[in-house]
This record gives sequence, structure tokens and C-alpha cells, in this order.
Amino acid sequence: MSIEASESTETRKKSVVTERVAEVVIRFAGDSGDGMQLTGGQLTNTSALLGNDLATLPDFPAEIRAPAGTLPGVSAFQVRIANYDIHTPGDAPDVLVAMNPAALKKSLEDLKANGILIVNTDEFKARNLKKAGYEVNPLEDHSLDGYRVYQVGLSTMTRRTLEDSPLDSRSRDRCKNFFALGMVYWLYSRPLDTTVRWLETKFAKKPDVARANIRVMKAGYNYCDITQAFQTRYEVEAAHLPAGTYRNVMGNAALSIGLVAASRRSGLPLFLGSYPITPASDILHELSRFKHFGVTTFQAEDEIAAICSAIGASYGGALAVTATSGPGLALKAEALGLAVMVELPLVVVNVQRGGPSTGLPTKTEQADLLQAMFGRNGECPIPIVSASSPADAFDAAMEACRIAIRYMVPVILLSDGYIANGSEPWRLPEIEDLPDLRLDFHTDGEDFMPYQRDEKTLARPWVVPGTPGLEHRVGGLEKDHLTGDVSYEAENHEKMIHLRAEKVARVADSIPDVEVDGDARGDLLVLGWGSTLGAITGAVNVARQEGLRVSRAHLRHLNPFPKNLGDVLGAFDKVLVPEMNLGQLAFILRAKYLVDVISFSKVQGKPFFRSDILNKIKELEGGIDVH
Amino acid sequence: MSTETPTLTKKDFQSDQEVRWCPGCGDYAILSALQTVLPQLGLPKEKFVVISGIGCSSRIPYYVDTYGFHSIHGRAPGLATGLKLARPDLQVWIATGDGDAMSIGGNHLIQILRRNVGVKILLFNNRIYGLTKGQYSPTSEIGKRTKSSPYGSLDNPFNPLALALGSGATFVARSVDIYLKHLRETLHRAAEHEGTAFIEIYQNCNIFNDHAFSYMTAKDLRDDQTLYLEHGEPLVFGKEKDRGIRLVGTELEVVRFGDGLSAEDCLTWDEAAANPTLAFMMAQMAPPEMPTPIGVLRAVEAPAYHQQVVEQIEDEVEARGPGRLQDLLYSGELWKVGEDGAVSTVDPHTA
Repeated sequence: MSIEASESTETRKKSVVTERVAEVVIRFAGDSGDGMQLTGGQLTNTSALLGNDLATLPDFPAEIRAPAGTLPGVSAFQVRIANYDIHTPGDAPDVLVAMNPAALKKSLEDLKANGILIVNTDEFKARNLKKAGYEVNPLEDHSLDGYRVYQVGLSTMTRRTLEDSPLDSRSRDRCKNFFALGMVYWLYSRPLDTTVRWLETKFAKKPDVARANIRVMKAGYNYCDITQAFQTRYEVEAAHLPAGTYRNVMGNAALSIGLVAASRRSGLPLFLGSYPITPASDILHELSRFKHFGVTTFQAEDEIAAICSAIGASYGGALAVTATSGPGLALKAEALGLAVMVELPLVVVNVQRGGPSTGLPTKTEQADLLQAMFGRNGECPIPIVSASSPADAFDAAMEACRIAIRYMVPVILLSDGYIANGSEPWRLPEIEDLPDLRLDFHTDGEDFMPYQRDEKTLARPWVVPGTPGLEHRVGGLEKDHLTGDVSYEAENHEKMIHLRAEKVARVADSIPDVEVDGDARGDLLVLGWGSTLGAITGAVNVARQEGLRVSRAHLRHLNPFPKNLGDVLGAFDKVLVPEMNLGQLAFILRAKYLVDVISFSKVQGKPFFRSDILNKIKELEGGIDVH
Repeated sequence: MSTETPTLTKKDFQSDQEVRWCPGCGDYAILSALQTVLPQLGLPKEKFVVISGIGCSSRIPYYVDTYGFHSIHGRAPGLATGLKLARPDLQVWIATGDGDAMSIGGNHLIQILRRNVGVKILLFNNRIYGLTKGQYSPTSEIGKRTKSSPYGSLDNPFNPLALALGSGATFVARSVDIYLKHLRETLHRAAEHEGTAFIEIYQNCNIFNDHAFSYMTAKDLRDDQTLYLEHGEPLVFGKEKDRGIRLVGTELEVVRFGDGLSAEDCLTWDEAAANPTLAFMMAQMAPPEMPTPIGVLRAVEAPAYHQQVVEQIEDEVEARGPGRLQDLLYSGELWKVGEDGAVSTVDPHTA
């Protein structure tokens, strides 16, 4: 440790026991102005650099600043830190830091029995207790007896630490989250230097702010050291992750980088036309910073103009993307039909959130699958790709771009709020291992027909305006199957309906089979898509440890499905499909394969817990063969 | 690329598609004017793109033998903006109607105008919905009896020029389908403008709203009802050039020459005035008390959006160097896990 945190107390420290644990789940909860996301992010980064495996779950209100001290204003950040390969941010926290009564009230039910509870006693005043709906102060009525409670005057200590700081008292008080962070760093034997470095860089132009936060963090660390408040400290050793170079990444960032990577690997300039919408806006923010990569971002006047600008850019030869969430996808439906009709490449990112309508803007859900699949007029098939974790969003974005430009088709890429704002360590790929997406525009005027197709992919040629001799017109009216001229002819229309469907079906020729983890046939397969990957993997692993034979598979491609999916479904007596919706994938599987899959729903705006799925597995397999 | 531009003619811009407007439709004249002007602009024909929405006017891309895109209702400005940002080398024209531009696409119209994207917009204003067979439009006069307003429409109409000026448009003009020479000249002016060029074209729908503009286009009324705006010239009109427009207080009024009044008492038209107030007043002039102005109401220079977007990217590339994918991936706090599981931090610059 490079920070002189506790040298002077070396002798006293001996009575503290250090215990090694395989993992810990820590949740910071406070007011939305308390900096909980930032605090959690720092613990995440510090732990990443120690080599831990990680998963995070931010949970913040839709309002920017809900009234202070109220339940709707609570913002929380949960991180799970482990010495082994983990898949979810954990079902229940081992440690809860509650900055005020409302935060305590909202998170306490999740805290493990006998878990560590650090509360900021300064905020437990009558007014705040009332705001949180407490009749009696929970610190005084023994309602917390089942937890290891540490009552700390975080605000008082912070003020005391900063008595001689040049900051005003409001700014001083804002540092109190770093006192809590310092305490957690001590408790879990984390070094302070990663956060010190971050503060110094972040507040390079406000050194007083950097200094104050660093002092308060060290004070929190030393407080634990000196007072011996905790009898036990913990260590979480590095996880045995595969060799490679890593960074921590959030889903929207990984997705954005994936789009830039696809641009570079295809040689097409990236164009993003987008309208701000939670939880997709960060894609617009990220990409707008990448101008030196030749990225054009256009903040359109609405969702419709956003997708239309992307179609226009695609027509001009750009790798065109629009990013949105469910309500935005609904608005884009007509233009998506146009993209299907004119057969131009386009990637539509839908970072799903709780619906319908405005729904739960900051919460996660997977309930737009059927919208992506069917939500347009006419026979209007579109390939659908989904991301299953924050780092995976990089690969999913590249795959969506690959399908779009190879098949000349709009592609919907499904992510969700959990992936978008969650983070995990990302093992960085080597650039040369990334897919080669290079292509040439069609420039040959010989026998040119705008809708003459590639025999294999059925893609029509991509001819960009400015190409001499190939002037032609496209549009939303039905096309002649070769010339692309407007055609109202009955048989041609039916032929085109089939061609557009067949083109999308043929995407299956270029995607890998779905892989089954575990026995290739047997009694139970747990099949998922999207961000349920972590909870399903965790649950299946535990079930196996407990002697159950359970297989698992996860879908990247939702339209078309991998070619072997029917066989895989047929190889199991039962197929369990957990989804954060009322069974949308299950609906499609039943329709397409006539398989009676078992739908398992959770639609609470929250990801599945591992235990939810484990219990369901046990319920299904309880009666059979347990070794 | 060759710098020689082959000599093009109107014929080069006529596609092989059969034109399917009703006989006698004003759209024919506008199509003809466009096909006449495009070859005179010194660009090879593959550099032109005509984009449209939905409606009778929006069929025009099929008939012009350049690149063309017949999109969806009201959304041509979105497509055109995306295309112009991706391909500033192209000359992009939008063909739209009063319903397409001012009803379903109203928001997109004002947005493209305020941004000043380098696109030419031809608004075919026939004050009626033609393709859906005769409902009142956002430019129909109050009291219009149509299939959807048998007792007369109650909607106050838009004034397209005033809307364009209010949106901050940098080029605003009006012409008339049958004023062939004037229409061609106006299209020329629009083609030369760097930012968004907006032209309202009065267009007769002889099926559903015939004679909508006869009050000014009829041969015997034309000279007395039309005011031709010419930059730097006094606002004079009438068959005998015996009338003009002057500013009194905050009102425009018609003056008859004689009794000491002459062209010298009239306003001198300044299309480049920084303040759009007079242009706005001009846009409000309406019959029967006032003649209808045609020509360029406003033509001012302002940075074009697409150029600024390109410049921002160029400036960043110059300032930071062209982005390297390696740097983008290997950025932030990095750490390395060795084959033996050992963890070490990595300096992004050496990754």
C-alpha cells in the first residue's frame, strides 16, 4: 500500500483478525445527491486492479434530484467482488452502507442476516426519519439486532476532518461519501491509491476539492484503524481470470466501442443519429467524444428524425446506427419498414427498459423482444441480435454491424438497462482477431439492376450516390424484384415478400450453432437470452454443485435462430426459459418449434437473482435423480 | 476524378419512368423546371439526389434521372440531413407538399431550417391533400369545404414563408408553377445557396383545388396582383408600374404613383438584410388589399450545418491525431493477468 494510512497504529492493529473470503457483496445507498454511483464505481475500479472478478448493479431513480431524504430519492450501487469467476452482482449484500434513513429503509430487506450495516447517524434525525416513514428511530428500537450495526457520524467526522479546508461548508459535506469509501477500503483491505489518482486527475483544476476528498477518505480508513470498530478485516484475493489485458467496462461504453470497431474493420465511417432517451443516451454521449475516429453524431429532433437521418447516411455509404429504448423503437417502426424496403444496412440499438409507455425509465426489462420481432406494418422481418453482459455488448455490436452490411438489412440490437449501466472486467481482444468486415460498394454499370441479389446472401448491391452511371431510385413503394422500379404487380409483390423473408432467414447460414453448456441431452435445459446470462449461469453452476444435472444455453441471435436450436430443444425433456417479461422468447419458441417450453417470468424492473432461478430449477428437478 | 463536367441537357435528367400525375397538374411544370435547371449547375448528374416524403409532389424522384429516394410521410428532412452529413459532396434536393412538410413533417421542416443544412427544399403548395383525394391541408383557407370539412374547415392556415423565416431560414423564396422563367431562376438561386434553401411554389391542383391561385395567376390579373421582389430594386408593381409598396410606421401599404408619389417613395428590397422583420412583413402580404410577393424574400450567408459538422471532425483529427482502435480499446485503468494468474497494472500507453 503506497498510502501512509495507518503506520502509527501498527501495534494496535494486531488485535484485529484478517479473514480471507471468496467474495463479498457491498451496497452503497444514499440520496441521489450523495455520490453513491461514484463511490461504488471507485470501489469497483480499485478491486478490478487487484484482479478480482466483479459485477455491478447501479439502481438510481428516474428523477435527477428527487426530494432529499425521501424513499424515491434513494440511489444505490451494488458491487460483488470475488476471487472466482462470477456472473451476477449478487442477490443479497454482505455490507450495506446507508447514508440516511430512507436508504436504510429501502435496502435493509435485502441485507443478509448478520450482515454489516454502516449507518450515518448524523442523518437519523426526526425530520429524516419521518421522511423515510419511520415512526421510531430504527437505531434505537432493536429492529436492527439481527445485523452487525456500525453507527458512525459520517457528516460530523467529515466536517471535523475538513475544519481548515478552504472549501465552503456545503462542498465539505459533499465529501462524506469518501469517508464511507475509506471505511470500506479498510474493511476489505483495499489500497487507496487508485482512487487518489482518480481524484487528482478528475479535479486537476480544483485541487482543493481533490485534496478534501482524499483527506476524508484517509480519515475514514484511519477511523477504522484507530477505533478498532471492526474486529475483523477481510481480504478477497485475485480471481483466476484467463490471461490477458483487462479493463472494467459498462455496457453502453462497450457497445459504443464495438460500433467504432465495426467502423474501423469495415472501412465505413460511423454515423449515429440519435435522440436522448434513458438508458440509451450514454451511447450518444460516448460516440460524440470520438470525433477523431471520424464518427459523426447527430442529435436529432426526435426518434423518427434520428432513424431517418441514419437511413440517409446509410444511403450515402456510412455505417449507420440509431440508438434508443423501447418507446423510441415504437416511434421508429415506420422508418424501420422503409429500411427493410430499400434494403440498406442499419443498426438500431434498443437498450430496453421497463414498459409499457414511459414505464420504468431507469429500470431493466426484456419486454421489447416481440416489438423487435413483429412491431411493424406488413411482413417486415428484421434480424435481431442481443447482448448478454456489459463486455459482451462489444461483440454483439460488431455482430449486428456484420449482419447489417453483409445482408443489406436493418438489424435490431437488444441490450437492456442492466447491461447498459452495469460493469464487469473486460478481457480486451487483439485488434487483428476482430472480424474483418471490409466491403466494396458496387460500381460496375454493366447490366446493373438495383435489386439484383447476391446468390448466397440475397443482398442487393450497395450503390452510393455519386457513382457515375448507376443513378437509380429507391423508396417505400413495392419494388420490381430486379429493376427496383415501382411495381404494383401481384406476383412480384408476393415474390418480394418471400425474398425479404428468405434474406433474413439466410443470416442463419453465417451464425454459429448455439452451444450447450453441460450434457447435450437430458432432462432440463435452461435457455436464456440477454442479460439473464449471469443469473442463469450462476444458478446452473450451483445446481450442478448440488448434484443436479442441468444444461444451459444462451442465445445471441433471436432472429433468425441458430440452425441447431430445434434439435437442441428436442434433446431435453424440459426447457426452462427465464425472462424479464411475460414469456416472449417462450412464445416464439412455442410457435416456431412446437415445443412446450416452461416460461419463468420476473418483471419487476430488477434482474433475476441467482436464487430465483436456482429455486425454479430445484422445483422442476426436485423429484428426480439427485446424486 | 475528372474535373471536366460533360455538357448535360434536360434530357439527361428525364428518367424512363412514366409520369403519372393527373393531366393538367402543376407538378409537370415544376418537374420540367427542375430538369432544366439541374444540367445547368455544373455538376455531374450522379452528384444530385432528390429526396421526398409522401404525396403527389413526392413522386418526383422517380422522374428525375439522378439518385433519388422516395421516403415516408414528412420525413424527407431527416433523410436529407443524414445524407448531407455523410456526403457533403452531394447536392441534395427535397420535394415536398403542404401536407408532407407542414402537417406530418412540420417539426422536421423547422428543424432543418434552423440548423441550416445545405439542402434545397421545394414546397409544392396546392392548399389541398391531393393523393388522399381532397381533404383540407394545413395551408387551406379557413372555411374550405372539402370531403373532410363539409361545413368548412376551422383550422387557421400556416403561412409557409412566415414559418420558414420564423425558423431562422437563411434562404426563403416563393415562385409559381406556371411562371416558368421565374421558377427556373428561383431554383438557380436556391442551388447556389450554401445553407438550407426554402422555396414555396404555388402549384395548382386542377382536380381537387382548381384555380386556387387564379386570383393572381390569371392572365388579366397577373400584373396587378403579383409583386416581383428584386434585390436592390424598389417595390413596384402593376401593368403600368404605377403602384408600389411603402413602409408607414410598422405597416406596409400600397401607394399609387402620382400626386408627388413615385417609385422613390417605395421600399427598396434588400433580401440580404440581417434583420428578417421586413421579410416577415412581406410574407404576410395577402390579397385582396395587397399584391402577392414572389421572388427571394431572404438570402443571407450563415455557416452551413453540414460544413460545421465536418469541420468539427477535421479539427479533432488534427488536434488529437486520427484515432487508433488500439488506443480506444486499451484505455482507462488496465490490468494484466499473467499465465500464472499474477495481476499487474498496465500503463495504457504501452499496452
